[in-house]
Amino acid sequence: MIAIVEKIAEEQALVLAFALVGALMWLSTLLSRGLTRGRIHASAIAIVAALALAWWGGVLTGGKKGLADIPAFAGLGLMGGAMLRDFAIVATAFEVDVVEARKAGLLGVVALTLGTIVPFVMGAAIAWSFGYRDAVSLTTLGAGAVTYIVGPVTGAALGASSPVIALSIAIGVLKAVLVMVATPMVARFIGLDNPRSAMAFGGLMGTVSGVAGGLAATDERLVPYGALTATFHTGIGCLFCPSLFFLVMSAIV
Amino acid sequence: MAIYGTALLALCTLLGVALGEVLGRLLHVKANVGGVGIAMLLLIVAKIWLTRRGKLTPGMRLGVEFWAVMYIPIVVAMASQQNVLAAVEGGPMVLLTGIMVVAMCFALVGVLSRTGGRAQ
Repeated sequence: MIAIVEKIAEEQALVLAFALVGALMWLSTLLSRGLTRGRIHASAIAIVAALALAWWGGVLTGGKKGLADIPAFAGLGLMGGAMLRDFAIVATAFEVDVVEARKAGLLGVVALTLGTIVPFVMGAAIAWSFGYRDAVSLTTLGAGAVTYIVGPVTGAALGASSPVIALSIAIGVLKAVLVMVATPMVARFIGLDNPRSAMAFGGLMGTVSGVAGGLAATDERLVPYGALTATFHTGIGCLFCPSLFFLVMSAIV
Repeated sequence: MAIYGTALLALCTLLGVALGEVLGRLLHVKANVGGVGIAMLLLIVAKIWLTRRGKLTPGMRLGVEFWAVMYIPIVVAMASQQNVLAAVEGGPMVLLTGIMVVAMCFALVGVLSRTGGRAQ
């Protein structure tokens, strides 16, 4: 019996993931309607539940990929991996209002610029206050505050130590998680209810997974606008952090 | 045929990601620069072109829109494989940086979306 379950879980990993996520969405919809009368979006509940499960998976296996590290749930890794995530994000562009997107173009550029510089400066300043004094570590930790890809790419390029790189990844992952959880809660206060502000949001937050999750839990119609700007964020961070920002940092330190 | 829609989506994604990779190489960056964004623009252009020529069939739409609505379940699966443990256990510096940066960026979203609105 157990052998059959194990065999199916292994051979039908992706199909199993579809069924699991479907079940989780269904439960979340029930909770959303029953407990909050629809005030908290079902997708927001599902995302927070998935993050909690990821934490549990990490505790159980000691791995880095949350629930997907448990062999039976490996299909979640494929379903929620970068390949299908990007494929689905591109598909959302089908509903984009071209006029709206073009109007917010300049705002997107401003948001991208601020979204790279502000987190970098804050990350580096906090690292300084925690006793880091060398330009390489400060730049790497600042880069981690941009996204969890920019941190390790910058750290590797500059030859930062492995604990510093690990910390920069942790900062970036925490940022993504916080954006996913907090966006639906603060959306009303920051005016995140139209394509323009969604493009500003995407550029400022940057982290594609955070923006994707946060907007999905807030209002799915805004997803393509946020994704459009966020997708440039990591590339720009990887461009400037190890080069220009590092040179500035070396000059200061 | 729905597969034409999905194939169009695949083609746009592949082209966009490839162009993002080329852009990364040109800029000497170890990352994809805007690949998904370029793919989205390609898909928007393709949709406009097909609509004008009257070739956007309901079947084709279905092939793209299925993936657009699968987006949220995919994001839920993505959330389930984040390294949440490391993020939470990263220590005070990680917590402080993460919280402050996210709070600051939220505030800036509010400022930007408001000033932008007034300028118009």
